[in-house]
Amino acid sequence: MPQPFWAPSADITTLKKRAAILAKIRGFFASKGVIEVETPSLCRASVTDVHLASFKTHFVGPGSEGGLDLYLQTSPEFAMKRLLAAGSGPIYQLAKAFRNEESGRHHNPEFTMLEWYRPGFDEFALMDEIEQLIQLILACQPCTRITYQQAFLDVLGIDPLTISFDELKQCANEHGYCDIAQQETNPDTLLQLLFCMQVEPKIGIDAPCFVYHFPASQAALAQLNEQDSRVAGRFELYYQGMELANGFNELTDAKEQVQRFNEDNLQRTQKGLSAVAIDQQFINALEHGLPPCSGVALGIDRLIMLALNKGHISDVIAFGIERA
Amino acid sequence: MANYSTNEFKGGLKIMLDGEPCAILENEMVKPGKGQAFNRVRIRKLISGKVLEKTFKSGDSVEGADVMDTDLAYLYTDGEFWHFMNNETFEQIAADEKAVGENVKWLVENDVCTITLWNGSPIAVTPPNFVELEITETDPGLKGDTAGTGGKPATLSTGAVVRVPLFVQIEEVIRVDTRTGEYVSRVK
Repeated sequence: MPQPFWAPSADITTLKKRAAILAKIRGFFASKGVIEVETPSLCRASVTDVHLASFKTHFVGPGSEGGLDLYLQTSPEFAMKRLLAAGSGPIYQLAKAFRNEESGRHHNPEFTMLEWYRPGFDEFALMDEIEQLIQLILACQPCTRITYQQAFLDVLGIDPLTISFDELKQCANEHGYCDIAQQETNPDTLLQLLFCMQVEPKIGIDAPCFVYHFPASQAALAQLNEQDSRVAGRFELYYQGMELANGFNELTDAKEQVQRFNEDNLQRTQKGLSAVAIDQQFINALEHGLPPCSGVALGIDRLIMLALNKGHISDVIAFGIERA
Repeated sequence: MANYSTNEFKGGLKIMLDGEPCAILENEMVKPGKGQAFNRVRIRKLISGKVLEKTFKSGDSVEGADVMDTDLAYLYTDGEFWHFMNNETFEQIAADEKAVGENVKWLVENDVCTITLWNGSPIAVTPPNFVELEITETDPGLKGDTAGTGGKPATLSTGAVVRVPLFVQIEEVIRVDTRTGEYVSRVK
């Protein structure tokens, strides 16, 4: 029976279980001495990431003569790193994040993100801690780990770190993506296509799977690996067709961060998107000094979907976007 | 014809693909943790009827197809074309064998069918969900069977063959579901 439109998209039993899961997560961090923080949803700056679209709004009121543009945050990352630079120590947040142009079975434009940072951890130590949390909530088989390179070799028989662009296009053609491959000018787009459509459905089926050592060209905000600069300290967690988490051994170098933001903006203009002003307060915090740390963002709604065996994100949030 | 971005994709939208008009059945967004999003789309080709899966880069645009559905009453066939009429304007349209396809066996005079037009020409004919047709041939069978166990084949006036209960006889008119090709009931 379809529910009337005023009613929640998730049933009340599910919402009670959701509350219990959130309480468990808070208990997990309390027991480890990781402090819960809250940072603004509305900020003066946004992200330069070419593939993220933020919502923009306008503040009028005392202290903003002429008004002030504010952006709903696509993740609390920059603000949390400012706290780390100010000496917060290990912190976590259960934050609402907002992403325009994203809606579907696994996407709601407004969603709940668990983000946490561990000073002194490398990405592997953080993966250990993520595994503890996943086991606490999902009580599943132990997580497996595979490098990005090995995942491609296993599923597609190609080496993503050495393959030429032409060979990559040929591989995309063979899997039925001729139209996309023909016009594409960016190898990473084809890697992302093949990863999403071919690799992802074959990993993390029986047990959650960490994919680590993403290529340097997809480092985002991760440090490059010291032994092999072709790869970065970035990892992702997949389980049962769901991308659950993205983590970094965090980039702490302000200069390199600015350079990456500028490259993002260059790509944005090439794609006909408007450039996004760099978050100067974040850069200033990096210049002040971000302690070596690892951090991860985990999709809470997706975790709850897995825990409660639900097929649509609207099944686990009180009001999905269609009822918001 | 307008172009549609992947953000406008939804079930029922008609687009051009490889020179053939298609209808979108389902549209799913697929996105890696970071990076380019894609749309995995299930599509039905409207001429061949084939259903296939196609992946688009999110944000890309495709050409729309000038496809529209119109409700017309079936008149008659001259052997080469099947003629339909708009009951309000009396305008007539002729559909060829390719457009009528398998549904020829459900065409009943004066029944209102949905004709799919592409650039003004018929490419598909969809009969009403239920049609009433006379039985022209079937085994006399046993009378008194009401349970409908098993049943028997019956040929209808259009040539369609459906399974009917044993008690149904020649010259009776029956109601058939054209989507499944199954007997529904006798018509008094």
